[in-house]
Amino acid sequence: MSTISRIAATAMAAAVGMTALAACGSPGGGSADAKTVTLVSHDSFNVSKSVLAAFEKESGYKVTMLKGGDAGKAVNQAVLSKGNPQGDVFFGIDNTLLSRGLDEGLFSPYRAKGLESVPAGLQLDKGEHRVTPLDYGDICVNYDRGYFTRHKIAPPKTFDDLLKPRYKGLLVTENSATSSPGLAFQLGTIAKYGEQGWQSYWKKLKANGVEVVDGWDQAYNDRFSGSAAGKGKGDKPLVVSYASSPPAEVLGKKPAPKEAPTGVAAGTCFRQIEFGGLLKGAKNEKGGKALLDFLLSKKFQEDVPLQMFVNPARKDAAVPELFTKYGTTIDKPATLAPGTITKNREQWIKQWSSLVLK
Amino acid sequence: MVLARSEVTPSDVKGARRGRPARGTAVRLGLMAVPLAFFALFFAYPVVAIVGRGLKDGGQWQLGRFGAVLSDPDVVQVLWFTVWQAAASTGLTLLIALPGAYVFARFDFPGKQLLRAVVAVPFVLPTVVVGSAFLALVGRGGLLDDLWGLRLDTSVWAILLAHVFFNYAVVVRTVGGLWGQLDPRQEEAARVLGAGRFAAWRRVTLPALGPAVAAAALMVFLFTFTSFGVVQILGGPAFSTLEVEIYRQTADFLDLPTAAVLTMIQFAAVLGVLALHAWTVRRRESALRLVDASQTARRPRGRGQWALLWGTFAVIAVLLLAPLVVLVERSFAGPDGYGTVFYAALGSAASADSTFAVAPLDALWNSLAYGAAATAIALVVGGLAAAALTLPRLRRGPSGRTPVISRFVGGFDALLMLPLGVSAVTVGFGFLITLDAPPLDLRASWWLVPLAQALVGVPFVVRTMLPVLRAVDSRLREAAAVLGASPWQVWRAVDLPMVRRALLIAAGFAFAVSLGEFGATVFLARPDQPTLPVAVARLLGRAGELNYGQAMALSTILMVVCAAALLILERLRPLDRSGEF
Repeated sequence: MSTISRIAATAMAAAVGMTALAACGSPGGGSADAKTVTLVSHDSFNVSKSVLAAFEKESGYKVTMLKGGDAGKAVNQAVLSKGNPQGDVFFGIDNTLLSRGLDEGLFSPYRAKGLESVPAGLQLDKGEHRVTPLDYGDICVNYDRGYFTRHKIAPPKTFDDLLKPRYKGLLVTENSATSSPGLAFQLGTIAKYGEQGWQSYWKKLKANGVEVVDGWDQAYNDRFSGSAAGKGKGDKPLVVSYASSPPAEVLGKKPAPKEAPTGVAAGTCFRQIEFGGLLKGAKNEKGGKALLDFLLSKKFQEDVPLQMFVNPARKDAAVPELFTKYGTTIDKPATLAPGTITKNREQWIKQWSSLVLK
Repeated sequence: MVLARSEVTPSDVKGARRGRPARGTAVRLGLMAVPLAFFALFFAYPVVAIVGRGLKDGGQWQLGRFGAVLSDPDVVQVLWFTVWQAAASTGLTLLIALPGAYVFARFDFPGKQLLRAVVAVPFVLPTVVVGSAFLALVGRGGLLDDLWGLRLDTSVWAILLAHVFFNYAVVVRTVGGLWGQLDPRQEEAARVLGAGRFAAWRRVTLPALGPAVAAAALMVFLFTFTSFGVVQILGGPAFSTLEVEIYRQTADFLDLPTAAVLTMIQFAAVLGVLALHAWTVRRRESALRLVDASQTARRPRGRGQWALLWGTFAVIAVLLLAPLVVLVERSFAGPDGYGTVFYAALGSAASADSTFAVAPLDALWNSLAYGAAATAIALVVGGLAAAALTLPRLRRGPSGRTPVISRFVGGFDALLMLPLGVSAVTVGFGFLITLDAPPLDLRASWWLVPLAQALVGVPFVVRTMLPVLRAVDSRLREAAAVLGASPWQVWRAVDLPMVRRALLIAAGFAFAVSLGEFGATVFLARPDQPTLPVAVARLLGRAGELNYGQAMALSTILMVVCAAALLILERLRPLDRSGEF
């Protein structure tokens, strides 16, 4: 046996051994055994450890979490693995993607306990209960209070205000094609000005110097003058972000300020509602149902604001002081029917790109 | 010590070992079995499946989709920009880094090892971190903006400079590594014979260096051609590369047909670049007279050389160190002046009651565990592949045609590099639809992350091991065998000592690349086990000064770990031709 073949034999034995080890060491995927239940969601999903532990103790299920990138990517992953899902329950399909998920038949119907406490306006699949509304949040233009006080101008309130000359060159938003807040803002303008009028609105907004960056973190952390992260070095006092961003700016500040350093233009908001559902083909359907009940339980719902910076779907869930004191309640957010969004989404984004980016 | 590559002389092969080609083939195929199986299962199968899903409709191939996609002016624009920015980035990188390669090769100065490690840090840092650091330097309110009102963000210059930042080390290591080992006496001899300084350089050094420069340029071209994070973060929405477009079409629109066509175009382009690269590498392996690099470097003499040295220091300081320093500065710039507030916050996250909070030590530990597993896999797969590629090249048959097996091996060489040129989202979605049934339902498995990271690590292992393995003189083995050593003793006494350091270096590179890997990891990492880059990205995705500061602090920790790994490598740097990257 030549040296080389000897080396080969040894190395191959090692490789085979490693592969075998790997196979032994890997914890089983999915929730084949009835004691675990798997939740599939996007990276923004969070829950307090203690709240989750309480569910695990009460129900006897162990929860495994899988996260698949941002909301859109997570939904697309679920679409791709349709019929043989990665887990039992999906959390985080929102109204801008809902129709895609429903048309693809991702979910099995189940009416979660406590649905009666959810306002009718959030229940977009009322008749069939394939998905359950779990939280909502608004995407609005945020403003830097300091800037507008210093310059003695009133901050904008509505979409129309953003076209005024005094706000020229002050707004930064995100690319609709790559960022969900960016898309939501565009959808807000479509809801407001209609399928005919939104393009002319954006032409005017462009003429008024709107700037577009690719993602939320650049818009908010680097460009927005009101974000503490940017240390006031950003030069745009208006940014498309969340209605819950002002409370987040206060988080960790000692002593707590009287008001948040940033505010929300209440007339520029688009509402995103997030849903959860039992995945069709779930291996642990019983556990999945228990998990959905838990996601709509008061305990989890009251945990939602500080973990994910959105509002609970249940109207009887208490909201923390940080939100009530520094947040803004949006009474009349813009909305669009999920079916309309799915049908036009791609075309709208293409039109928007050639209108605004070129 | 002269380490010229040993050439197997005809008399070694002829006669003495008849029938060896057949056994050589068997051995080669045996060595290739594991790497081939690995690539087939974890790369080819997923990628073919996802591309096939896009190009097939009801069992019929829809090749007409190529025409439809390619006639879209937006796609043509993307293609043009992709090629243009890659060519421009490559040119600029060569222009800036070649003097650096010379300085590292020929000059001796204090702190050289440290600096060599430092310039390689950007190469393994994740783009989320670098993008943020770069914006802090050239963006609005960045350092240059404060000083001179100079802003480069959302301009193509930011993209090009960031590409130089990332790839500086590729040129310095590939070209500088060889340059340091070229015997300067050859050039001196030419000068003694009457050639002018420039003529001597042009006739002697340049031809020897040419293939290395070409190989480095092609690697930089490959990395910038598939650039994703840099273009997304620094370029703004007006710029898009093929890789970015594949990501958007797949992850955002789930337009698999378009994504599949774009993937195939990228694939073809990358194959072309790799074929060229393989060709230049082969040319580089023509026998050169090489000497120990430590003997060719000396302290700079004369005004010109000192100016070159300081010029290189200045470039490194401005282009490579400044972004890293800005990052560190931001991690200490708390709300009430400088301090360790953000580091303390990271520490207290350990006890925080949220699944979002990641204790930095946990993230570090996850990164190290994934990195170690990925390194082990990459070493086994890459080591076997390198061994297979090292076997003496089969000679042309009587008909003058290259044997099929040799061509196959050539293709195998390129195959190993392909993961560097295929979009992470394609591989990730491919994993999802293929590795989803027992016994290979890996979708929720811990092993998914190391497997994906190993795909990226293998090319580095192969590139590091190959030149060293090829340099082992087979006559040494034979001599040992003649003296009565058993094959095992031969391997331990001859091969292992020569390969050990290269193996360590390969391991270190694979490890550092795994630490910084983000594209595939973010897809696959389980939320209870985020790696450092994933934790950084999560923090950057949330409002508030505290989150941002913690992201900077975690990035700094990641940077220090990467730098430490590379510095240890630097210490282990053997006296051979390793480090082609």
